[in-house]
Amino acid sequence: MVLRVSVPLTLLGLLEREPSHGYDLKRDYDTFFGRGKPLPFGQVYSTLARLARDGKVVMGDVRPGEGPERKRYVITDLGATEVDTWLTEPVEPEPHLQTVLFAKVVLALMLGRPAEEYLDTQRRAHLRRMRELNEIKRGENLVDMLLADHGLFHLDADLRWIDLTVARLDALAKAVRP
Amino acid sequence: MTLIAAKDVVVSFGSTPALRGADLSASRGEIVAIMGPSGSGKSTLLHSLAGILAPDSGEIWFDGRRVDTMGEPERSTLRRERFGFVFQFGQLVPELTAEENVALPLLLGGQRRAAALRQARAWFERLDLEGLEQRRSGELSGGQAQRVALARGLVCGPEILFADEPTGALDSLTGERVMELLVASAREHGTTVILVTHEPRVAVYADREVIMRDGLVNTLTPDRIGS
Ligand SMILES: Nc1ncnc2c1ncn2[C@@H]1O[C@H](COP(=O)(O)OP(=O)(O)O)[C@@H](O)[C@H]1O
Ligand SMILES: [Mg+2]
Repeated sequence: MVLRVSVPLTLLGLLEREPSHGYDLKRDYDTFFGRGKPLPFGQVYSTLARLARDGKVVMGDVRPGEGPERKRYVITDLGATEVDTWLTEPVEPEPHLQTVLFAKVVLALMLGRPAEEYLDTQRRAHLRRMRELNEIKRGENLVDMLLADHGLFHLDADLRWIDLTVARLDALAKAVRP
Repeated sequence: MTLIAAKDVVVSFGSTPALRGADLSASRGEIVAIMGPSGSGKSTLLHSLAGILAPDSGEIWFDGRRVDTMGEPERSTLRRERFGFVFQFGQLVPELTAEENVALPLLLGGQRRAAALRQARAWFERLDLEGLEQRRSGELSGGQAQRVALARGLVCGPEILFADEPTGALDSLTGERVMELLVASAREHGTTVILVTHEPRVAVYADREVIMRDGLVNTLTPDRIGS
C-alpha cells in the first residue's frame, strides 16, 4: 500500500529533465513525491554526494563568489541508463500475500477465536481509510487524486479478499484444525 | 432524528429466506450504504424500506408512520411523492426522450406537461447532461443514461433516494462521476440516501455503511484497531 519511491532514483529522474540545484530537486520532490513528508536538505545533499561518488551525477562548476549550495548537478550517462532501466522494467508485481492478516486469520481459527470479528474490524479500518482517500480525491490536485486512487484500488482488493475469506471461514477452520 | 427504519424485518420468497430479521435506520440527510455479497438480501431490504414489498413480519417506519401496514394506494402515493429511485440499469423508457424520462414522475403525479418538462430540464445542467434532452435511451452512453435516471429519481425532490447498485453497470470513472453527482445533489437538498452497493469504492461515498450477510444486517463491530 505504501508507495515507497527510492529517493536516489527519484532525484536522478528529476535531474534527467535538466541540470538542477539541490533546492530545486527538493522542491519538486516534496511537491510530487513527498506526500507531506518533505525531504530534509541534509538527505538531498548526502544522496547527491553518493550519486556523485558512484558516477551517476557530476557537479557543475560553481561560479565565482557563489557558495556550494549554488552547485548545479548534472546527470551522467550511467545515471541516465539507471533511470531508463528503472522506468522501462516493470515493477515486481508484489504478491501482497496479506501475510499479517492471513496469519491472524489462521491463528485465530486454530485458537478458536472469533476470526470473523477480527476480519470485520479490519474491514472497518480499511473502509475508514478508503473514506479518507476518497476525501482527498475531492480536492483539485490531480497528483493527489491519482495517488489516492492507487491506494483505493489496493484497499478494495484487500476487502475482496476479506469477503472471500469470511465466506470460506468454516472450510478454512476445518483445514487448519487437526 | 430517524427518518426511516426497518425493524426485525423478515421476508421469504417461497422457501427462500431473503431477510431473517433485518434492522436498519437512517436519519434525515444521512447517506447509508448497504453492502454485502450477492444474495445477502440488500435489494430485498431496500424494497421493503421503500414500501415496494410487504414484509412477512417486522415493521417499516417512515417519518413516524408505519409503512408496512398501509394500504397499497397510500404506499404508492408515498413512493411517488416522497421517495425517489435509481436502479442498476437506469431503466429508462426507450420510447421517451431523456427529458420526458426525467419528467415522468412529475407527469405521473398529475403535473402538466409543460411545467413538468421545464422542471426536468433544470436537471440536465445540474447533472452535466446539457444538449442530451431530446435523445432516447438508445442514444445515450451508460453513464449518461444513469445520470438521466438519477435526475428522474431526484426530480420530485424526494426526502429519500433509494439507489440499488446505481453504478453497477458502469466503469470506474463513469461510476465515480455518477456517485459524485448523486452525493452532491443529496447533500444540497438534504436528501437521505439508501445506497445498495457491493463495491467498497462506491460505499465510501456514504456517511456510514452496514454489511448484510444471509438476510441480516451486520452493523460493523466497534473499531478496536488503533489508527
Ligand atoms: N423475486 C424473487 N423471487 C424469489 N427469490 C428471490 C426474489 N428476490 C430475491 N430472491 C432471493 O432472496 C435472496 C436475497 O436476494 P436479494 O435481496 O436480491 O439479494 P442482493 O440484492 O443482496 O443480491 C436471494 O437468495 C435471492 O435469490
Ligand atoms: Mg440486489
